[in-house]
Amino acid sequence: MAHDIPDPAGHHGTSEMVRTATSESRLARYVLIGLALCFMGLFVLMPLAAVFTEAMRNGPGEFLTVLSDPETFSAIRLTLLVAVIAVPLNVVFGVAAAWAIAKFEFKGKAFLTTLIDLPFSVSPVISGLVFILLFGSHSLLGPWLQGNGIQILFAVPGIVLATVFVTFPFVARELIPLMQEQGTSDEEAALSLGASGWQTFWYVTLPNIKWGLLYGVLLCNARAMGEFGAVSVVSGHIRGLTNTMPLQVEILYNEYNFVAAFAVATLLALLALVTLVLKSLLEMKFSEQIAASRRH
Amino acid sequence: MTASTRKRWQFRQPSVIPGFGLALGVTLSWLILIILIPLSGLLWRSSALGWSTFWTLATDERTINALRISFGTAFAAALVNVVFGVILAWVLVRYSFPGKRIIDAMVDLPFALPTAVAGIALTTLYAPNGWIGSLLTPLGIKIAFTPIGIVIALVFVGLPFVVRTVQPIMEEIDKEVEEAAATLGANRFQTISRVLLPGLTPAVLTGFALAFARGVGEYGSVIFIAGNLPYVSEIAPLLIVIRLEEFNYPAATAIAAVMLVISFAMLLVINLIQAWSRRRYGYGA
Amino acid sequence: MHAKRLTRFITVALLASSIQVGGLGFAFADTTILNVSYDPTRELYKDFNAAFAEKWKTDTGETVTIQTSHGGSGKQARSVIDGLDADVVTLALEADIDAIAANTGKIPADWKSKFENNSAPYTSTIVFLVRKGNPKGIKDWGDLVKDDIQVITPNPKTSGGARWNFLAAWAWARQANGGDDTKAQEYVASLFKHVPVLDTGARGATTTFVQRGLGDVLLAWENEAYLSLEELGPDSFEIVTPSVSIKAEPPVALVDGNVDAKGTRKVAEAYLQYLYSDVGQKIAAKHYYRPFKPEAAAPEDIARFADVKLSTIDEFGGWKEAQPKFFGDGGLFDQIYKPGQ
Repeated sequence: MAHDIPDPAGHHGTSEMVRTATSESRLARYVLIGLALCFMGLFVLMPLAAVFTEAMRNGPGEFLTVLSDPETFSAIRLTLLVAVIAVPLNVVFGVAAAWAIAKFEFKGKAFLTTLIDLPFSVSPVISGLVFILLFGSHSLLGPWLQGNGIQILFAVPGIVLATVFVTFPFVARELIPLMQEQGTSDEEAALSLGASGWQTFWYVTLPNIKWGLLYGVLLCNARAMGEFGAVSVVSGHIRGLTNTMPLQVEILYNEYNFVAAFAVATLLALLALVTLVLKSLLEMKFSEQIAASRRH
Repeated sequence: MTASTRKRWQFRQPSVIPGFGLALGVTLSWLILIILIPLSGLLWRSSALGWSTFWTLATDERTINALRISFGTAFAAALVNVVFGVILAWVLVRYSFPGKRIIDAMVDLPFALPTAVAGIALTTLYAPNGWIGSLLTPLGIKIAFTPIGIVIALVFVGLPFVVRTVQPIMEEIDKEVEEAAATLGANRFQTISRVLLPGLTPAVLTGFALAFARGVGEYGSVIFIAGNLPYVSEIAPLLIVIRLEEFNYPAATAIAAVMLVISFAMLLVINLIQAWSRRRYGYGA
Repeated sequence: MHAKRLTRFITVALLASSIQVGGLGFAFADTTILNVSYDPTRELYKDFNAAFAEKWKTDTGETVTIQTSHGGSGKQARSVIDGLDADVVTLALEADIDAIAANTGKIPADWKSKFENNSAPYTSTIVFLVRKGNPKGIKDWGDLVKDDIQVITPNPKTSGGARWNFLAAWAWARQANGGDDTKAQEYVASLFKHVPVLDTGARGATTTFVQRGLGDVLLAWENEAYLSLEELGPDSFEIVTPSVSIKAEPPVALVDGNVDAKGTRKVAEAYLQYLYSDVGQKIAAKHYYRPFKPEAAAPEDIARFADVKLSTIDEFGGWKEAQPKFFGDGGLFDQIYKPGQ
C-alpha cells in the first residue's frame, strides 16, 4: 500500500496529490473492496442462497406441499403467538426503562443499564436452563405447580418466558441512547404548558421516539421469532404443540427431511430479509433518530 | 410520589419530569422477575452443590475441554471478524461501489437470521458433499464437523457486532486529521496505522468483545456444523444440553455457572473499555 | 394524531393476539392426546396416528388429534417425570417406564401386565449399518474392536437403543467367552474405546453416521437401519446382521395420572390397544418393527427380517436388575466409558 504514494505530500502542492494522500491507491481500494465482497459472499450471501436453493431442490410444488403440513402450520402459529406476547411485554418494559434511565439522574444508573444488557451476554442455552431450574420438578416451585396442574415447562408459558428473557434488552437498548440524546426540554415545555404526565408522554415523547421504537420492535421481533437455544431447552419438542419454527427446522432436518427443513427455514429467512429491508428503510428515512441507537 | 422520593433521600437529582417512580418500578420489577430471579436461581442451585462437588463438576475433563473449545473458537472467530469487520466497515464508509447499499444492509443478516437456519445453511455449504465442502475435500481440508466449522459459524454470527461498532466511529473520523498527517509527511500506510487505527482501538476492542461474548454462548448455528465430538468439537452450551438430557442437573448447573461468571466478567471488561474510551477518545464505542 | 394512530395500532395488535389465543384454544376443543415416544418411531407413529384417528372417527364420531414427541428414550422419560403431560408413553425399554412409575406414581408399578406380550406390541433387534461394499469387512461383533474401526452408537445414559446396543454386545461377548462376564466387560470397554461420539438419541447417531460421514459402523435398531437404507438409498449403505443380537422389546404404557386428570383415558387406552390390532401390527411390520402377531402383517414385510440368534433381557436378570447394574450412576457403563481417550 505504502509504495503507491510517491513522496511525502508536503513537497507536492497539487490538489491531486493531496487527494491521494488521504485515500488509498486504486489497487489498494480494489483489493479491499474485493476482500470485503468475498468475505460477505462466502459468509453471508452464500448461506442465504443455500437456504432458498435447497428448499426449491424438488421444485416449487413440493415446497408448497411441505409448507401446508399441519405440524408446520402449528409451528408457524406458535411462533407468531410467542412473538405477539413477548414483544409487547418488552416494549412496555423498554419504554419504562428508557424513561427512567434517559430522563432522570439517579444513583446506580450505570449498574441498572448493565443489568438490562445482561441477557445479551448469557448463552441462550443458559437462558432456557434457568427456567428449568426454576420450574422443573426438582425445583422449589415444581411440586406446587404440578400439584395445581399449572404447566409452564414444555408448554407455551415456558417458551414465552424464555423468549422474553432473551429479547429483554432489545427495545430498551434502542430507546435509551435515543431518549438521552433528545434530552428533556420538549417534555419540560409541555409540562409547563399544563400537560399532564401521560399527555406529555403520548403527545410529545412517543412521537419523538416512534421510529426508534419501531426499530427496536423490529429487532426484538426478529429475535423472538428466531430464538432457538433457549426455546429448545424448555420446549419439550412436542410436534404440533410446542415446536416453534426454528425447532421445527431442526426436527425436520434430523429426519432427513431436508426439503421440508429448508422450506420452513425459507420462511424464517424471508422474515429476516423483511426485517432488514424495513430496518434499512427506517435508517434511511429517520437516520437522525436511529443514528443515536446505532452508536451503542 | 416524585416529591416524596426527592425529599426523603437524595437518590436522584430533582427533575420536573413525572413518572420516575412508575417507570423505575416497572423496570425493576420486570428486571427482577424475568432476569434476576432466574439467574440467581442458577447461582443458588450451583452454590447448593457445595464447593467441592461444584469444583469436581466444573473441572471434569470433558467440561474443561468443552469450555476450552467454546472460548478458543469464539476467540479465533472474533479475531477473524476484527480483521474482516474493519476492512468491511472501511470499505462501506470510504468507498463507493455498485451494490454497496445492499452489502451494508446484509451485514445485519446474521443478526436477523435465526441461528438454526444459519446452522443448517452453513452445514449444507461446508459439509464434505456441500457447495464449498466438495471443493475443499479433494485438498484434504475438512471444515464441517471439525472445530474449523465452529469457527465458521461463529464468524457468521459475530460479524455484525464488529462492523456495527466500528462503522459509526469511522464515519466520524475528521478528514483533517488525515490531511494533517499527510502534510506532516506521513505516507498513507503510516497515516492509517499510526493515526486512524489507534483512534479506532476502543471500538475495535468493544466489537471484538461483543463478538467474542456472543460466540462463547452461541448454540443454534454451531450444533449442526460442529459434529459434536466430545473433547474435539463439543461446545460448552451443547454439553449443558447433553447434561440436561441425561438429567444430570448438578453438572448442567455447574457448567452454566462457570459460563455465567465468565460472561459477567466479559460484560465488565466491555464496560471498562467503554469508560476508558470515553475518557481517552471522547466516545463510548 | 400520531398518538391516536399508535393507539389504534396497539388495539389491533392486541386484538390480533387475542384471536391467536382464541385460535389455539379452539384447537384444544377436540380431544388431543400426547404420545411421548423414543427416537426411531417417528415414521411408525406418523402412519399409525393417522390410522387410529380415522378408526376413532368411524367408531365414535369424535375427532382425535394425536401429538407425538420424540427423543432419546431416557431423556423422554425424564421429561415426563419433569412434567411433560403425556397420555401414553411408548418408549424403548421397560426401565424408562419403570422410572416414570417410581418417580411420579402416575403409572402403576404393574403397568407391564396391562397389555399383551408384557406391553410390547412390537419388538426389534440390533444390527450393524456399514458403508456400501462393507470396506472394513465387518461381519460380527468381534470385528468392531479392530484397530482402525470407529463405531457409532448413542449414549446409553439417554438413549434406549444404546442400552440395547450395549447389552447385545455384552451378550455376544459372554457367549463367545463361554459365559465369562469379566471377559464380556473387557470386550465392551474396548468397544467403547472405538466410539468417537455419543449422541443423545438413536436418530442423532444415525445422522452422525449417515450425514456427517463419521465412523465405519453404526449400531442401530433394525428398523432404523432399514429406514436409513430406504431414505438414503441402498447405494450408500448395507446392513450386516451379527451372529448374536438381543430381543429388544419397546413397551407402551398408559400414564394413568395424566389421562385421569385430562379425561382422556378411554381414547388413550383404545390408542394403545389398537397397536395390537391387525392394522397396528401391519403398520409396525411395514416400518420394520417385528410384530407381536406376525400373521397379521404382510408376508413380504415379515420376509425382510433376517434370522438371528436373540438373547433376551432376562439373561441379564430383567431390567430391574440390569438398569442400575449397567447404566445407573457409577454403574458399569460409567466405569467403562472414558471418552476421547
